[in-house]
Amino acid sequence: MTLRVEHELHTRRKGRNYGLGLILAAFIAVIFGLTVVKVLELGNANQFERFDHVARPQLIPDEGVGE
Amino acid sequence: MSDISASESTYEANMGDYFALLKPRVMSLVVFTGLVGLLVAPVAVHPFIGFVAILCIAVGAGASGALNMWWDADIDARMRRTAGRPIPSGRVAPGEALGIGLALSGFAVVLLALATNFLAAFLLLFTIFFYAVVYSMWLKRATPQNIVIGGAAGAFPPMIGWAVATGGVSIESVLMFALIFMWTPPHFWALALFVKSDYGNAGIPMLTETHGRDSTRRHVLVYTLLLVPVAIGLGFTSIGGPFYLAIAVWMNAWFLKGAFDIWRRDDAACEADKHKVEIKVFKVSLYYLFAHFGALLVEAALRLYGIGGWS
Repeated sequence: MTLRVEHELHTRRKGRNYGLGLILAAFIAVIFGLTVVKVLELGNANQFERFDHVARPQLIPDEGVGE
Repeated sequence: MSDISASESTYEANMGDYFALLKPRVMSLVVFTGLVGLLVAPVAVHPFIGFVAILCIAVGAGASGALNMWWDADIDARMRRTAGRPIPSGRVAPGEALGIGLALSGFAVVLLALATNFLAAFLLLFTIFFYAVVYSMWLKRATPQNIVIGGAAGAFPPMIGWAVATGGVSIESVLMFALIFMWTPPHFWALALFVKSDYGNAGIPMLTETHGRDSTRRHVLVYTLLLVPVAIGLGFTSIGGPFYLAIAVWMNAWFLKGAFDIWRRDDAACEADKHKVEIKVFKVSLYYLFAHFGALLVEAALRLYGIGGWS
């Protein structure tokens, strides 16, 4: 028994599949590029922690300490 | 007899068929005017964010085109100009066009909101709604003024571009909107006067058929007269300047003369010279829009060297 990898449908839809692949790759590039630009626009990369959904005590100003 | 002949089509839509759903020619105008709106704004935008914003505006425009083709598939099939579109020709199923239109709308609006701001995203959402629902579903088959109100959908892109940069709406962006809004009717009706359309067969009320060609000629003149103060007025805002004003005065005089020429003619004169004047005015109308937005871009470039605008 031979394993038939290439179905007729694959040949017929080759152009569509490659096209969709390119669109998905472009989508990833756009999201990655946006992320890089948005992070760099923060000035200080530590500020990126503000977008983390975890409490970061070190980001709270020190005003209350010692009172 | 054992022969079986399969009559059903085995055609598979390719990427080109899906791309045609997005009305690429309309998209090019949207990209140009949206880009000008973004570049002439007084706030600088990071080039990559600007690129993503224009991409979203283009995809949003394409999505509304797909939704329009899904809704209008029945009338597209009855007109020669549109019978070859992907849905009436059977290359793309209506459900696919609806799915693509909705998915791309959502993608474009959400990405624009994330990349820029909520106002720009809301304006894009409203543009898609206006074209797909207000124009395609409500106006197109109901009134010969469909092109007047529906033209607003094509007028929003520079306003979106401006909102991307500034996060707001201003007199400049409203006038850029008004320029395209007022330009659309005379541009389209000049075309309607010389193209033998079959809108009547499809049951679409077009001004040339509901009110006659003389009335359409009057409409071209009146809307061109209303367009002139908008185009000239834009020259006195912060994005205008002497160069823009010179171009605007020249182009408006040219367009207005064409509209007067059309108004003075009758059907016999049109037949005699095979619509020479109408064809010329239609071409002038194309130069008109590109010249105005191109001049705004030149003013913005001159300002970089401290010589643009009125200061």
